[in-house]
Amino acid sequence: MNMADFSSIAPILMVSLAACATMLAEAFRKQDDRAAGVWFGVFGLIGLAGAIVTSIFSHWNHSMLGFGVISIDNFTVFFNVMLCAIGILTILLSIGNAERDHLPSGEYYTLMLFAIAGMMMMASTTDLLVIFIALEVMSLGVYVMTAIKRSSAEGVEAGFKYFVLGAFSSAFFLYGIAMAYAVSGTTKLDEIGMRIASSSLDPSILLILSMVLLIVGFAFKVGAVPFHMWVPDAYQGAPTLVTGFMSTGVKVAAMAAFVRVFLSAFEPLRIEWIPILSVIAALTMILGTVVGVAQTSVKRMLAYSSVAHAGYLLVGLVAASTAGKAAILFYLVAYSVTNLGAFGVLAALTSGDRPHDDVRDFAGMWKERPGLSALLTVFLLSLGGFPPMVGFIGKWYIFNAAIQEGMYTLAILGVLTSVVSVFFYLRVVVMMYMSDETAPEHRPAVSAVTTAGLLLALIAVIYLGVLPGGLLSIAADSVASIF
Amino acid sequence: MLLLGKGRDSLVRQVALGVSVVTFLASLFLWTGFDATSADFQFVERYTWLPAFGISYHIGLDGITLWLVILTTFLTPIALLCSWESVTDRVREFSFFMLLLEAAMIGVFVSLDLFLFYLFWDAMLIPMYFLIGIWGYEQRIYAAIKFMLYTMAGSVLMLLAIIWVAYYHQSAVGVISFDLLDLYALDIPASLQTWLFLAFALAFAIKVPVFPFHTWLPDAHVQAPTAGSVILAGVLLKMGTYGLLRFAFPLFPDAAMQFAPYLAILAVIGIVYGALVAMVQPDMKKLVAYSSVSHLGFVVLGICAMNVIGVQGAVYQMLAHGVSTGGLFLIVGMLSDRRHTKLIAEYGGLKAVMPKLVAMFLLITLASIALPGMNGFVGEFMIFVGSFREAAWLTAIAATGVILSAVYMLWLFQRVNYGPLTNPKNKGLRDLSVREWIVIAPIVAMCIIMGVFPNIFLKPMEPAVKRAVEYVRGAAPVNAEMSSEAISAPGSSEIASELISDSAPQALPGGAR
Repeated sequence: MNMADFSSIAPILMVSLAACATMLAEAFRKQDDRAAGVWFGVFGLIGLAGAIVTSIFSHWNHSMLGFGVISIDNFTVFFNVMLCAIGILTILLSIGNAERDHLPSGEYYTLMLFAIAGMMMMASTTDLLVIFIALEVMSLGVYVMTAIKRSSAEGVEAGFKYFVLGAFSSAFFLYGIAMAYAVSGTTKLDEIGMRIASSSLDPSILLILSMVLLIVGFAFKVGAVPFHMWVPDAYQGAPTLVTGFMSTGVKVAAMAAFVRVFLSAFEPLRIEWIPILSVIAALTMILGTVVGVAQTSVKRMLAYSSVAHAGYLLVGLVAASTAGKAAILFYLVAYSVTNLGAFGVLAALTSGDRPHDDVRDFAGMWKERPGLSALLTVFLLSLGGFPPMVGFIGKWYIFNAAIQEGMYTLAILGVLTSVVSVFFYLRVVVMMYMSDETAPEHRPAVSAVTTAGLLLALIAVIYLGVLPGGLLSIAADSVASIF
Repeated sequence: MLLLGKGRDSLVRQVALGVSVVTFLASLFLWTGFDATSADFQFVERYTWLPAFGISYHIGLDGITLWLVILTTFLTPIALLCSWESVTDRVREFSFFMLLLEAAMIGVFVSLDLFLFYLFWDAMLIPMYFLIGIWGYEQRIYAAIKFMLYTMAGSVLMLLAIIWVAYYHQSAVGVISFDLLDLYALDIPASLQTWLFLAFALAFAIKVPVFPFHTWLPDAHVQAPTAGSVILAGVLLKMGTYGLLRFAFPLFPDAAMQFAPYLAILAVIGIVYGALVAMVQPDMKKLVAYSSVSHLGFVVLGICAMNVIGVQGAVYQMLAHGVSTGGLFLIVGMLSDRRHTKLIAEYGGLKAVMPKLVAMFLLITLASIALPGMNGFVGEFMIFVGSFREAAWLTAIAATGVILSAVYMLWLFQRVNYGPLTNPKNKGLRDLSVREWIVIAPIVAMCIIMGVFPNIFLKPMEPAVKRAVEYVRGAAPVNAEMSSEAISAPGSSEIASELISDSAPQALPGGAR
């Protein structure tokens, strides 16, 4: 064990330490200490900020390999920073809201930080077994967070469903790893890739089976059809803050590993997996948008919307030219910041036991809450892919890659489904601004920290929508280093 | 704009109006500084934006867009002023969206980069959607969503086509580029042009709207507030025809010449169909909306003719229609502000109670039916001259649209203004207020100026139109002998002005009335 080993896991360690600190603080806090939640949040912010600083300043353009499995390259740095930023944004949105929503704050922040550590590991490792471990670390945290509100029957049900289905998919994933090992005798991605490339032209049944099983595992985590069944239930049942976190963090981490595995180890099998993933991507886009139209619960609607977005991401993976790889990275940033913003607004509107979730709850909201209405409008329009918001650039970049690779069917399906999706995003906007009725809803006040978090998301959405050049080139640099 | 506090509506209005008037004056400086003899783009600004994709912030004006920009800046203050009293709810947001819309519309016209153009094209939908949805009439939400989805559905395929063309530029030239001037220089095989042209043409045809893609228009117009209708009819619809002229035809000339006859047939169907449907409308706004379908059919016909005089007529008709239909919507808005109904049957004999408004109504009606000496005549006449060379039969059918438009407009005018004052509610309606004079007078003045002095407008656009026609005709092998004749035809604006000078004296008394 040497310095490089430690240096490579420093960001993950920092986040884990913050998680431990939060756990300890929770154990020692006084029963009636109301301000404790804020301190937990501050611990988390320090750990995450430290991880970001370390990643950017000592890891960017400094490739290294820690313990033989943690690869530090620009791709890893990109994802580590993105995951920590998701964490920071989630914490900013949570401070104050988590207590009001009666979430046990110590456990909440601890589990979130551990989950982020797992996600970071998942994005940075080059070994299938470590990916599995990281996946479990992440998933266990998120399972419990889904059901963290013990008084809520839906929350517990959602957590249970998510756990059972998630365990199934983990098993598939593990079988996939086992078969890959059986064929190649290793779990390291680059070695598997070399073995596959050097073996005979005809890939064995076992190898194909392994690939399919891994696709099942990843598709489950990113919420792609037909493995999306858990998404609407889990997203709707979980506390809104948790939904925002898992709809972004889990998807980002899973997508990172998906890209790494399929563009390194299984790159030689591209001809085999492109048709499979194309079909999945097409079905995911279609089902996500079409079923999304029928929803009356806004959280459920956003759940289907995130299914559709998984479809766009898969289009990027299928069209994985250089532009396609970078497009996935950019799209993940665009999607994460927008989605967190949207769920942040929803969380700020949820009061105590009454979920502010039905479309009708938003009727006439602009009168009472003009600021939040405007924010939610911007976020929803960005999800729908309107300029000058970042969602437009993200979609444009993905379709760009698809056309460059000649995948016209997917590109056409993509743009048409995004038109359909605009319909359901606008339904909320219609309710907020154009409805005559007014929901007799008491909406809680919004804390300063939450406002800061939402404004941060807003600035990112607009800034990256108008001046995307910087992030585009960073994304391109990130993929250029390894693939 | 949003920073201004709540409850200070009058201040908000004044600031918004001030901004839009200053913008208009600034755009007039563009006109005075414009070199009318050049076909090149002027006032060009160019900054690299996304260099890796050959995307830049590249804007500029030529003789066509100069007038479209001025039309935009001319109508926006009028639209703001006409809603001075009718929009009392959420004035801040209203003014915000109006100015946002103006910015996006100007952006569409000046963009010389396809990516930038698409960005503005799409961004423009948002403020319009809110304008219809928040300040519209009863069915506004349905109309707003229909407007949004229709327009988007058309334009997303254009986005894919834009990306495809940019990559084609990469494979042909070596670097990717979204720049319009680079892409003009491309020589795309005719077999590939078909699909690209169709993708572009669909987006623009929906916007125009060309029959049978017009169904969103009556809904949007009827439900939109007056200001929204004015902008929608005055400027937004022109983006479709502008897009055909600037993008779809010159980028894909072979396909354009192949499809132009079909597009022209659709245009003629639109002319006649729009006029016939307008005739039976009981609702004034719907009538004017269908008349737009009919009038824009002329524009598309002129563009399809693709010779200098036809295209010039089309551009002129775009401007003229923007002014006169904007005026019609203003008049309808004024009437419905007073009576809160747009049904023709509710009115009758208004001449007795509000003679001034009726006089203005008459002038704009005459402009709209293309009476010689008014602005509508110049454009329609030139279009007919242009299209007659290409397709005499179609032109003959289209000409019936002119007669029909006289029928429905004059019948509307008669039913609303003449006859006995039967409806007691119409007694004691006040005539034009000072504010309404300020709103309507520039429109009427423009109708007459454009009718009497068309050369002011035609001269600067002529080089640009010639160049556009050369792009299309020069590249397309079909009708080659036709093109040389069309291009070398003597300055078409002179023909037009001769005609106008004959008819001007008869029209002038009308203006003085």
